[in-house]
Amino acid sequence: MIEIQNVRKSFGSLEVLKGIDLTVNKGEVLTIIGGSGSGKSTLLTCINGLEPIDAGRILVDGTEVHAKSTNLNKLRSKLGIVFQQFNAFPHLTVLENVMLAPRKVLGLTKEKAEENAIKQLTHVGLGEKLGVYPTRMSGGQQQRMAIARALAMSPEYMLFDEVTSALDPQLVGEVLDTLRMLASEGMTMICVTHEMKFAREVSDRVAFFHKGVMAEIAAPEALFGAPKDPELQKFLAATH
Amino acid sequence: MFSYTFHWNQALKALPQMLDGALVTLQVALLSMVIGLALALALTACRLSGNRILGGFATAWVEIARNTPALFQIYMAHFGLGNFGIHLSPYTALLAGIAFNNAGYLAENFRGALKAIPDTQTRAGRSLGMTPVQAFRYIVLPQMLRIAFLPVTNQMVWAILMTSLGVTVGMNTDLAGITQELNARSFRTFEFFAIAAVIYYLIAKAVTLGARLLAARMFRY
Repeated sequence: MIEIQNVRKSFGSLEVLKGIDLTVNKGEVLTIIGGSGSGKSTLLTCINGLEPIDAGRILVDGTEVHAKSTNLNKLRSKLGIVFQQFNAFPHLTVLENVMLAPRKVLGLTKEKAEENAIKQLTHVGLGEKLGVYPTRMSGGQQQRMAIARALAMSPEYMLFDEVTSALDPQLVGEVLDTLRMLASEGMTMICVTHEMKFAREVSDRVAFFHKGVMAEIAAPEALFGAPKDPELQKFLAATH
Repeated sequence: MFSYTFHWNQALKALPQMLDGALVTLQVALLSMVIGLALALALTACRLSGNRILGGFATAWVEIARNTPALFQIYMAHFGLGNFGIHLSPYTALLAGIAFNNAGYLAENFRGALKAIPDTQTRAGRSLGMTPVQAFRYIVLPQMLRIAFLPVTNQMVWAILMTSLGVTVGMNTDLAGITQELNARSFRTFEFFAIAAVIYYLIAKAVTLGARLLAARMFRY
């Protein structure tokens, strides 16, 4: 369970999160929508401790992310994150990209890590690309590799930060299909996305962020079918 | 108009001796690069440490190495330190001077290479649970070395040519030192130095070519 309690965060004088309260249960798929600058991506990077917070707290299975005593490196292996930019490691092959962290962080043997990496890569449809360098692949393939790389750490939660925003339109589908597959397998996921159709069909709940505030959260039918917040109504009218 | 008669035969007879010297030249240059690379990595670590004393030390080193003549650096290692009772042999002083120079230039090459690697690479490594040191070692460092590879090759060529400055501190076993002695005995200056120049040229070319082949094998991406 991820518990976000009254989290505040500023960059300089700009407050990007103005007291967020949110709980994500095991097995749940939560999507976060909202305009740019609404704070939705910042929240994700706060959840896995890549960004410090100014007030409030975030608990992952009861462990406080920003507590001094927390071993963040250990906690992060529980929390996979995939970014808008794929961040493939260009000097490693696809297989090596996926094997690196399990070997160095989890201490798996080369054989174990390789077996696991092949399994994950096959799972996301890259079983044929093991020896290829990422720069030779399309953006969609690189992004699926990044997903496999995160999954290879056997995370209990996956955070997706606008993972299709940097892709050419014709490549968005293959990445969304991968996310759908994960959701159907019961992975707990928080997806920040601009893909409304995807959010509607895959989510258990959808949250709408506006200017650092979670303005509305509801099941997708309710949120898209009968939006209450006036800003959400405007947002949906503009995106449809 | 010319009254000079070339005596190439006499000069070419000394070729084996000069080639022995070329080996010493290559040895000094290689050692200076190995030491220089290790020092440059240490200087880079100092600069990245965020510690002001370590960072200042590294910056001072780089500034002096890059903005004073290599000749002075070698002089300092031999005669300068001699004033303080530290007596380095010509060989050691030459090696120390070039290694000092190499370290400064290489550290600057590394800095440029690091700038070309986006922060998001480290971030991605950290998000997978790596420590800052692991992320640097397994993600940033290999990319840095690749970007810096060609400038490092240049520095290697430069190191080979710098060894000729050893003559000024009494180095007499390398190519320049031996050539200078042969010249002093025979006054066949043009012939000996022309042959030495060709040997320097060939060594430098061989290094560049070798580096290119090595790069093609090592960097497949």
